Amino acid sequence: MKLKESLFTRRKFLNWSLTASLAALFGTAVGPVWRFVFPGEVGPEPTEVELKDFPELLPGTGKLFKFGRHPAIMIRTPDGKLKSFTAVCTHFECTVQYKKDTNQIWCACHNGFYDTNGKVVSGPPPRPLEEYDVAVEKDKIIVSRRGAPKGEKPKEKA
Amino acid sequence: MINLKNWFYERTGIEAILDFLRKKQVPDHKYTFWYYPGSILLILIGVQIITGCLLLLYYKPTIETAYESVSFITKYLPFGSFLRSLHAWSSDLIIAIAFIHMFSTFLLKSYRPPRELIWISGTFLMFILLTFGFSGYLLPWNELSLFATSVGTQIAGSMPIIGKYLLLFLRGGEYISGDTLTRFFALHVIILPLILLALAAVHVLLIQHHGMSVPPSVESSPAKKKDIPFYPDFLLYDAVNGLFVFSGLVILALFLPKELGIKADLLAPAPAGIKPEWYFLFMFETLKLIPSMVLSFEGKQLGVMIFALGAVFLICIPFLDRWSAKNKRSPLFTLIGFGILIYIFVMTAISYLGE
Repeated sequence: MKLKESLFTRRKFLNWSLTASLAALFGTAVGPVWRFVFPGEVGPEPTEVELKDFPELLPGTGKLFKFGRHPAIMIRTPDGKLKSFTAVCTHFECTVQYKKDTNQIWCACHNGFYDTNGKVVSGPPPRPLEEYDVAVEKDKIIVSRRGAPKGEKPKEKA
Repeated sequence: MINLKNWFYERTGIEAILDFLRKKQVPDHKYTFWYYPGSILLILIGVQIITGCLLLLYYKPTIETAYESVSFITKYLPFGSFLRSLHAWSSDLIIAIAFIHMFSTFLLKSYRPPRELIWISGTFLMFILLTFGFSGYLLPWNELSLFATSVGTQIAGSMPIIGKYLLLFLRGGEYISGDTLTRFFALHVIILPLILLALAAVHVLLIQHHGMSVPPSVESSPAKKKDIPFYPDFLLYDAVNGLFVFSGLVILALFLPKELGIKADLLAPAPAGIKPEWYFLFMFETLKLIPSMVLSFEGKQLGVMIFALGAVFLICIPFLDRWSAKNKRSPLFTLIGFGILIYIFVMTAISYLGE
């Protein structure tokens, strides 16, 4: 039986087509905008840095340096040991500093204290600071992440 | 002169708007005072647009030039320090008055049906204003603002599910860098203003549509209320309030100019006594007091979750307060409102006293 008029009118068809086109337009825009807004992969952080001309640290002092894209701290403990940690506090990522009077690593943002092994002593930091291996060679100091595969490390000179 | 006026009126149809304003009535009762903060906010937003545009003529948004350009504005440009202080003090006043506006409408239960969307758009406006303050704080690229941004973006980054993306979006990378400054600049001068203007337009148009909310205690006894014309009566009150606030702003900018501080160094430790802007102090103090681990949760994540839930609660208030919706007394929500206020005051005071 032939209907007198179509169930799907021309107006309906045009409305559907327009809605579908607009949805497709916005749909296809989401991906490119998302990828544009969020920065792409910048590659892994180096597992080792070579510090040339790093100043001689006196016992009970510390100094910040750049380890890849984040700050790290080198300290010489009062008994003369050279140690290095990430300088990014595990609480809210403020940069920590060495405090000579208490021989501790301190984050001023929320008053978090770590000992010279990177362990949390007091305050809100939830985790210890990551400790790096320090190797002193003739004219340079090599700071490397613990457990990183030896021999084929992506290096960075600082 | 009259011909020119007629020419203008005929071509713009402005007479219809003026007619509408003359006929528009505003309720007048013992709580009318609490209607004023809203219009003062609009005036101060105008101040921000003008002073912000002027500062933009000299500000340079890169980590090598941002601090220097703000320093140049304040040290060498005629009225530069005054304009920058005006902009900074006005932002402080906006947040303070927005808090007053929000809590007065909360306690007077102005969110009752059919005004739910006015409350929700207002809550989002409050969040936008706080983001304005947060993004503007970094632009001078000084030591304090760098670490406030580091903590602030990490707070956003600690949110469940969306946190990771929010952090990358705000910082433009894993860590704070020049890319973060560029993003904050874009947010502060174009993205946020567009959102703010659109949201404020919705907010004001909805108020226009529903009229000013009258507190339940006044609504129940019409004898306590009369109406006054919006133009010129209410507009004159607004003008006088605006003049008083602007005079206060000028006095603050002249006698208490904002300091620029030390230039930010990405390889420097966080300085002692670091604090965010005063309106984030209650959150800052809370995050300081929560222990590192609470049961099996990291303290900071718990803190951030509490604040995120608090924000959702604020948005949903019109749908949660069923008593006010039925025009009944709602002492529980009055108590909650005062509770939040007291919490903010106490935590802010602890943060100041702990200095």
